[in-house]
Amino acid sequence: MQSTTRLQINTRKNNTIRFAQNSGRGRRHKGEKLIEIVLLLCAALFILVIFLITIFIFAKGLPLLIKIGPGNFLFETEWSPTRGVFGIGSMFMGSIMITLGSMLWAVPLGLSTAVFMAEIAPARIGQVLGNLINLLAGIPSVVYGFIGLIVVVPFIRDYFGGNGLSLLAGIIILGIMILPTIINVSRDSILAVPNEYKEGSLAMGATHYQTIARVIVPAARSGIITAIVLGMGRAIGETMAVVMVTGNSAIIPGSVLEPVRTMTSNIVLEMGYASGDHQTALFATGMVLFIFIVCLNLMINLMARGGINSGRS
Amino acid sequence: MERIYKIQSQNLDVFYRDFQALHAINMDIEQNKVTALIGPSGCGKSTFLRSLNRLNELIAGTSIKGQVYLDQQPIYTKELDVVALRKKVGMVFQKPSVFPMSIYDNIAYGPRIHGIRQKHQIDNIVERSLRAANLWEEVNNRLNSPASRLSGGQQQRLVIARVLAVDPEVILMDEPASALDPISTSRLEELIAKLKNKYTIVIVTHNMQQAARVSDYTGFFLNGELIEFNQTDELFVNPRDKRTEDYITGRFG
Amino acid sequence: MGAAKMKDKLIYALFWLSGLIIVAILLSIVGYVLIKGFSVISLDFLLQSPRKAGAEGGIFTTVIGTLYLTLLALLMAVPIGTGAAIYLQEYASDQSRFARMVNLTAETLAGIPSIIFGLFGFVFLVILLNLGWSILSGGITLAIMILPTITRTAQEAILTVPVEYRENSLALGASKWQTTQKVILPFALPGIITGVILSIGRAIGETAALILTAGSSLGMPLSVFDPTRTMSVHLYLLAMEGISLERAFGTAFLVIVLIVIINFLANLSMRRFSQAMH
Repeated sequence: MQSTTRLQINTRKNNTIRFAQNSGRGRRHKGEKLIEIVLLLCAALFILVIFLITIFIFAKGLPLLIKIGPGNFLFETEWSPTRGVFGIGSMFMGSIMITLGSMLWAVPLGLSTAVFMAEIAPARIGQVLGNLINLLAGIPSVVYGFIGLIVVVPFIRDYFGGNGLSLLAGIIILGIMILPTIINVSRDSILAVPNEYKEGSLAMGATHYQTIARVIVPAARSGIITAIVLGMGRAIGETMAVVMVTGNSAIIPGSVLEPVRTMTSNIVLEMGYASGDHQTALFATGMVLFIFIVCLNLMINLMARGGINSGRS
Repeated sequence: MERIYKIQSQNLDVFYRDFQALHAINMDIEQNKVTALIGPSGCGKSTFLRSLNRLNELIAGTSIKGQVYLDQQPIYTKELDVVALRKKVGMVFQKPSVFPMSIYDNIAYGPRIHGIRQKHQIDNIVERSLRAANLWEEVNNRLNSPASRLSGGQQQRLVIARVLAVDPEVILMDEPASALDPISTSRLEELIAKLKNKYTIVIVTHNMQQAARVSDYTGFFLNGELIEFNQTDELFVNPRDKRTEDYITGRFG
Repeated sequence: MGAAKMKDKLIYALFWLSGLIIVAILLSIVGYVLIKGFSVISLDFLLQSPRKAGAEGGIFTTVIGTLYLTLLALLMAVPIGTGAAIYLQEYASDQSRFARMVNLTAETLAGIPSIIFGLFGFVFLVILLNLGWSILSGGITLAIMILPTITRTAQEAILTVPVEYRENSLALGASKWQTTQKVILPFALPGIITGVILSIGRAIGETAALILTAGSSLGMPLSVFDPTRTMSVHLYLLAMEGISLERAFGTAFLVIVLIVIINFLANLSMRRFSQAMH
């Protein structure tokens, strides 16, 4: 009588009938269990996929990287597949330059727009702007590349010189493309700042702008940093738009008006016909990119865990 | 006349992780009677109620010691079919929570779940349940309209009808009137008085007058313990424990 | 005090300006493509197969290719993504290492650039599994890419289902799966649909991954083992190789119109979702 069974919450394993009135119960329980297993497999697929991606990219890219040496591969600036020289130094620099360049203007504009939407704009305007920004995010990169090629490149050629296909064109187009990420994530984190902070500051006689600058933005700091890092990830991984506007010469550009090639461009441009070591070198390029992105992601994750208000749901 | 006990709890302890919410509860609940559970917030009365149909297991980290018997059969065993238990022990919650479907589909939900397919059979159950919950007259001309359009009191009776539709033997009610206006509350109390002819009812309430009005037995909980359990008349007129007396006379905390 | 007020006003103006710049950028991009592309659009353009590498004729086969790939990807990703979301929200406990791991991988997957998916699809599907440049290779790659979106939005939608619905359903003797199927999924459906719509947008616009997995053949795809060219890939090649600017504008027009429609639908379904909750 004094049975002291300690039951944990999981009771789905029950399979007999003490209270059963209708038959076929055992079968139903088996069905339930089966469904749970199927659902579990769906979730497990995520882990499998990321595992497979990592394995295959590394398996294809790593041997060459080891053969050449990571240092040589990353910093050697000569890329001559026909002579068997594989150095992605110029592409590595190209990716960094174009990413930083686009962030240079997109981050300030994005942040001020986020503040505008969260704090200043009337609710309706904020909402409409939100919808427009989602549309901006939804436009495919190939369309951005096309616009860049048709509008931005000729503009640069006519007004600044060079042939227009340039680092600058990439910076302009890529900046537009990362705006939605920066705006949405930082706006959410600004909106998540408790109202009491704001009221407290206003009650002390601070103006609205002082409150924004001294209280709200600092409180939303970690979310804003997340937004910037996410934007950076998007920029460094972007391919099509960049390929279409930057001219793709594998040299380190001397000015913003000179052409440039990024790591992503390198892959998409040459994958179609590459074979042997050349193909492997492209996978090694992808591997470098992959490592970069995963590190950024982990960084965001650590920040989200550390910060109170990260603005990510 | 011999008393028949529908539910008996024996040395029932409930833990939420390290916190012990219930301490050795022993209570015999008589068939076809209304048993009220009263006590201040957080005293464990709702936890007790939820351990009678094993719904407390939904909260992660819950563990149980002791035993509860339904018709002399232990319910905390590995073999027990929780689904069948919950079919037998229905529950009405504090907030009337109708599913976002029509009135008809709300009532038909349980029977369908339990494998009834024929339309005329479900029709019958819907009508019978709504009549039993004193709601038929008010809604029979709009069974297909969304249940969310009903008033709060109607929704609570709909929820009761939904429970009745699966043909339970016990109905647990967790502060069913707390969200209702006085008129709806009195209709609900009438309904409870009617239902006890057929069902065994356990009701948690904040409202002592309500407990006194509707119940045959009352149990007073405090800090996870059952302080006193007795016939309602007896408990309210002649409390044996000082703490019970303090609580029912309002001299408490 | 007066100076501070002035300064505040000035800064306000700057904030308004940044909002306006965003609107101007968007409107000029969309407007430009729509105006330039409108004259190219005709029934022939939509319904004729391309000739001479796309320099003549229409874009019919690329429309079909896009449709084919998108449908195939959805067919795989929607059940799996929704299933994973159900498992994470309804079955796994939040604290479980597995659930945290899946959430982390989903987030990582969402951040991986499409070119990486392309490389993976190329080496794993096209070469190792010998599926070749085909709709199947492209569809699987695309499915992997939209999985995170579908799972994330489904998770969020399921999260908004009131806990009372679950309790009431379980208390009526419904099993977990019955509760999920009959109460939770119908309630979460508009949210799930929003995710699907957004994924369609992604599928239509995807280019880099598909060049490497589905190829760029202009032929009419008949089976899933045929290679194909999507509208976006077509746009890329038309513009980059200078084949036909006019037809590039027409293709861009179609892509933009589809994206605008998809965004509108996503907004609509999201609004209906939040209305249904009140």
